[in-house]
Amino acid sequence: MSTYKETTKSKNLIVRFLNMNTSGEVGGREFPLWKQILMQLLALFITAEVMFPIMYVITMSLSSKTTRPSSLELFPKEISFVAYQQVLDHPTGNPVTFIELLRNSFLLSVGVGLTALLIAVSAAYAFSRFKFKLRQVLMVLVFVPLLMPAIGLSTPLYLLLNSFRFVDCGQGITAFYPITSCAAGVTGKLIFNLRDSLFGVGIAMIAGALPFAVWNLKGYLDTIPKELEEAAMIDGADPNQVFFQIVLPLAVPQLAVTFFLGFIGHWQEFALPWLFLSQPKDYTLSMTLYNMTGQYANSIPWNRFAAMAVIVALPVAIIYVALQKQIVSGLTSGAVIG
Amino acid sequence: MATTSMKMTSMPKRGKQGFTRRALLPYMYLVPAFAVMAVITFYPLIFQVIISFTDFQTKDLLKQLASPNLHQIGLKNYIDIITGGLPVQNFEFFRVLTYNFWWAITNVAVHVPAGILIAVALNTQGLWFKRIYRAIYVLPVVVPPLVVATVWRNIFNEQYGAMNQFLTWVVHLFGSTQVIHLRWLEEYTPPIPWLLPNGPLPLAYYAMMIANFWLGWPFMTLVATGALQSIPKDLYEAASIDGASSPQQFWNITVPLIRPAMVPAAIYGFTLSFNLFNFVYFMTGGGPARSTEILVTFAYDLVRNLRLYGVAAAFAVIVFFVALVVFLITNRITRATESYAEA
Repeated sequence: MSTYKETTKSKNLIVRFLNMNTSGEVGGREFPLWKQILMQLLALFITAEVMFPIMYVITMSLSSKTTRPSSLELFPKEISFVAYQQVLDHPTGNPVTFIELLRNSFLLSVGVGLTALLIAVSAAYAFSRFKFKLRQVLMVLVFVPLLMPAIGLSTPLYLLLNSFRFVDCGQGITAFYPITSCAAGVTGKLIFNLRDSLFGVGIAMIAGALPFAVWNLKGYLDTIPKELEEAAMIDGADPNQVFFQIVLPLAVPQLAVTFFLGFIGHWQEFALPWLFLSQPKDYTLSMTLYNMTGQYANSIPWNRFAAMAVIVALPVAIIYVALQKQIVSGLTSGAVIG
Repeated sequence: MATTSMKMTSMPKRGKQGFTRRALLPYMYLVPAFAVMAVITFYPLIFQVIISFTDFQTKDLLKQLASPNLHQIGLKNYIDIITGGLPVQNFEFFRVLTYNFWWAITNVAVHVPAGILIAVALNTQGLWFKRIYRAIYVLPVVVPPLVVATVWRNIFNEQYGAMNQFLTWVVHLFGSTQVIHLRWLEEYTPPIPWLLPNGPLPLAYYAMMIANFWLGWPFMTLVATGALQSIPKDLYEAASIDGASSPQQFWNITVPLIRPAMVPAAIYGFTLSFNLFNFVYFMTGGGPARSTEILVTFAYDLVRNLRLYGVAAAFAVIVFFVALVVFLITNRITRATESYAEA
């Protein structure tokens, strides 16, 4: 929509300027060599700025030295995968394997992304296609949580999820708080706390992901032309058929884009897992990365930290590179031709 | 609005029963999302407001609102936060608020011009290796900010960090044998004391500005490049025929024409920086002495480390209203620039 506006805008301006200069004579501007060299120097300087931390961390990750760097190294002197191997074998001092960390990160990001998408798509459709009494009010209701920084809901979610727990009261009795509780005076042994589980973190993360997914998808559905649906309606399709057989298939590219955008965010999610989870077996990759820097990291060699940083960055970088095409095709494939 | 809906809904003729089903249909589509949001968003929001009026602490975790130790304390949490009556060291609400705005504004004020200038430079006709540079410059957008923050934290390490090593190398180029040992993230004394007198800006602020600059300008360059390429070249040709110099062309053609694209991007950057939790938490954790703390990191500290749940809830409510004000202002700016096109 905005692009459409922009073209009309610039067209008006073109017309204005063409009125001022109607001669077809257009002189291509010269680009002198000294200017070219100056620009190249500038471009190289910016390249150095961009590459500085990237080369730094890659060089460090490929080094086998476990001592901290005493001088600046931006180009690898050796190519050793020792650090990567150590990270994959035994990431931190915690009793948790790399595979478990990877699994936790993937479970959270994929699970939250898919669930939010499934729940959001029908709401996005309703907001995009139907006019109904409470539309404005309900849209504002979905929008309000987006105003809140993600941290804003963490206190009540922590407290509420924390109240769901299985407790072994002894003598074969299990209590499910807050519905049933152990007999008075019995403390019991905590078996499961929803707050202290990946499932609970996932629930809390969906609270943040859902409004975003609804708005993102609604924005996209608005751009799908209504002609297809109207034609189907005339042919006698009911709204449910229109939704499942026309709108959903058309929205698949955008569903994928929304999912991957969500995935990139959830992959880096740190605040909620760091607040909720206490057992190392539930830790995610981003929590581990945090543990490898600063006050907690006195014993961790920097080459291992660097290897971990590269590993955490890789999936996101890969998705971005793959997503570029997805976004373009997602934008161009909204065809009315059918 | 009503007429269009009639057009859509009345197309296939049905009885009265069909009509009510039609009227209910949108609500059916909304049920899943709103059922979930009711449980994990709206109810927690209400719960948050309720406990913000209590002294909820760790001892109340098990029985929650039914806890015998829980007291209704009215607006005390809110008053404590604003007047500095919290049992928390180095916290002053208005200092953190000012710093938060300053942090977001200075970031945008640096990223947007840098992004535009680099985009214009890259857009120069006849520049060699343009594609290679574009591919490299987009890299910071691709790397997760979380990783960026941890890497920069190590770069700014006092003893082993790359920044001090780099500065030492530069100083050696000029013949000095001095070894630079700047305490980037720990030094509290502000290098420029008169800047933002309300909240002194420690060296860590500049370190974070440098790191966030690395992270921030490429996005602005991306947006600006897109906008630049939609400007028809005839405009520049016409202008140069009329005798306009390069700076004149930049200010009179480029700037006004990319403004509609840059204003939303700047606002996006502002909101992003304003709530930049992961980056700040990973780089300094709000330190030293809470001098680089922003609202969201302090809110998090209240729950995660201080475990003052009642205060944290009240603080989150305040943060919500700050965010609301920010949204209303930025929304107004966006609208004002939208109508700019017709002016």
